[in-house]
Amino acid sequence: MELKRVVVTGLGALTPIGNNVKEYWEGLKHGKSGAAPITYFDTELFKTKFACEIKNFDAKDYFDRKEIRRLDKFAQYALISSDEAILDSGIDLNVVNKHRVGVIWGAGIGGLETFQNEVIDFAKGDGTPRFNPFFIPKMIADIAPGNISIKHGFMGPNYATVSACASSANAMIDALNYIRLGYSDVMVTGGSEAAVTQAGMGGFNSMHALSTRNDDPQKASRPFDANRDGFVLGEGSGALILEEYEHAKARGAKIYAEVIGGGMSSDAYHMTAPHPEGTGVIAVMKNCLENSNLKPEDVDAINTHGTSTPLGDVAELKAIKKVFGEHAKNININSTKSMTGHLLGAAGAVEAIASILAMQNSLVPPTINHETADENIDSELNLTLNKPQERKLKVVMSNTFGFGGHNACVAFKSLD
Amino acid sequence: MSDIASRVKAIIVDKLGVDENEVVTEASFTNDLGADSLDTVELIMEFEKEFDIQIPDDQAENISTVGQATSYIEEAKK
Repeated sequence: MELKRVVVTGLGALTPIGNNVKEYWEGLKHGKSGAAPITYFDTELFKTKFACEIKNFDAKDYFDRKEIRRLDKFAQYALISSDEAILDSGIDLNVVNKHRVGVIWGAGIGGLETFQNEVIDFAKGDGTPRFNPFFIPKMIADIAPGNISIKHGFMGPNYATVSACASSANAMIDALNYIRLGYSDVMVTGGSEAAVTQAGMGGFNSMHALSTRNDDPQKASRPFDANRDGFVLGEGSGALILEEYEHAKARGAKIYAEVIGGGMSSDAYHMTAPHPEGTGVIAVMKNCLENSNLKPEDVDAINTHGTSTPLGDVAELKAIKKVFGEHAKNININSTKSMTGHLLGAAGAVEAIASILAMQNSLVPPTINHETADENIDSELNLTLNKPQERKLKVVMSNTFGFGGHNACVAFKSLD
Repeated sequence: MSDIASRVKAIIVDKLGVDENEVVTEASFTNDLGADSLDTVELIMEFEKEFDIQIPDDQAENISTVGQATSYIEEAKK
């Protein structure tokens, strides 16, 4: 059976460096850091006191009071960015066959703040389990796609993908495949996360996963720099409208890019540590090339997972060299996490959007905060350090890897 | 309005996000004030907390209007 072609026709973003796609791109282009001292809770006792929070956000601008109480922040973010993407796509909701529209959404954790606060309340009590009836439905990761479908009446495939920081990349790949196979015409996909809470910060701190550069938060996320000391937790949401090519063409849609394929793999190695030889990461990029029917030389840019952790960054670049050989030097490699921080389950989606916008604008956003070369990193690689680079891009890839050893990689192609 | 009635009203306004004027004695939580099954459970739990009473499930089922809630609580607090 011949697979259908799939294109991106709408984008939505709510990120620490911009609250919509336009602002997000401005932030990416100008190398803006989203990191700042945490405002959500008192960090006095915490090892890391900063994160990439969403700025100038008031849920009341988007939801009424009752909705706010029923939605954890990760679900609020999901609704806001998916609304932006749907509107951007120009799809007429009164005309589209809603049985053929699905929602596949990624969240690495889900409603962590809801979970945390309900358990704190319980622990403060006398043991009587007086849990709020909204506790479970607010907290579960799949409530984000659930709410998107309820809001718009989308009756196609609907669920959440959970693969830690690869969650929304897995969501995009599943969404791509449903359209390819003819099960849906349109898929709302992406991911959201809101884990900047005491439980989130404390939990990641205990793993020694987070940067502790408290004296200079904006310089903390520094992928590939010799003095990187961990990732910076971010939050937010990215949404993409994937659409069957003929369906998009028939309604005269604006097309951002074609989604040409996705690769998946597992490290099968350790709960949190990257495989020292990067075998799973090598496999995921090879799988993506094969699935996308690409030769290594076709790839112009890679938005890396690049979280700014000592081990992960080196392993990923080594894997890129293995997969792409000599061509690795010609690829514009970057990590937009240097600006946004690490959005966990939303990372794959916001970074895919960054890759698509880079193609649209023929400009590769920089990896900011690079000061000192790491001797374990090949100096011949072009890591797009500190300044954006102009380049006509035909094919871009976006990598994401999650705790648990989940790897996912998505490839996009310009139709221009 | 009794103290209990006004406190009941305040809880309903807060939890259901409705206008104070809508919270009349005969208003039904589900038919008039837009509550679903989860909202109704939450309301009952808030009443229990606010008035320090226990409302058993079989009795909670009979509380579906503002007036029923107020009378039940007034009776329980006697």
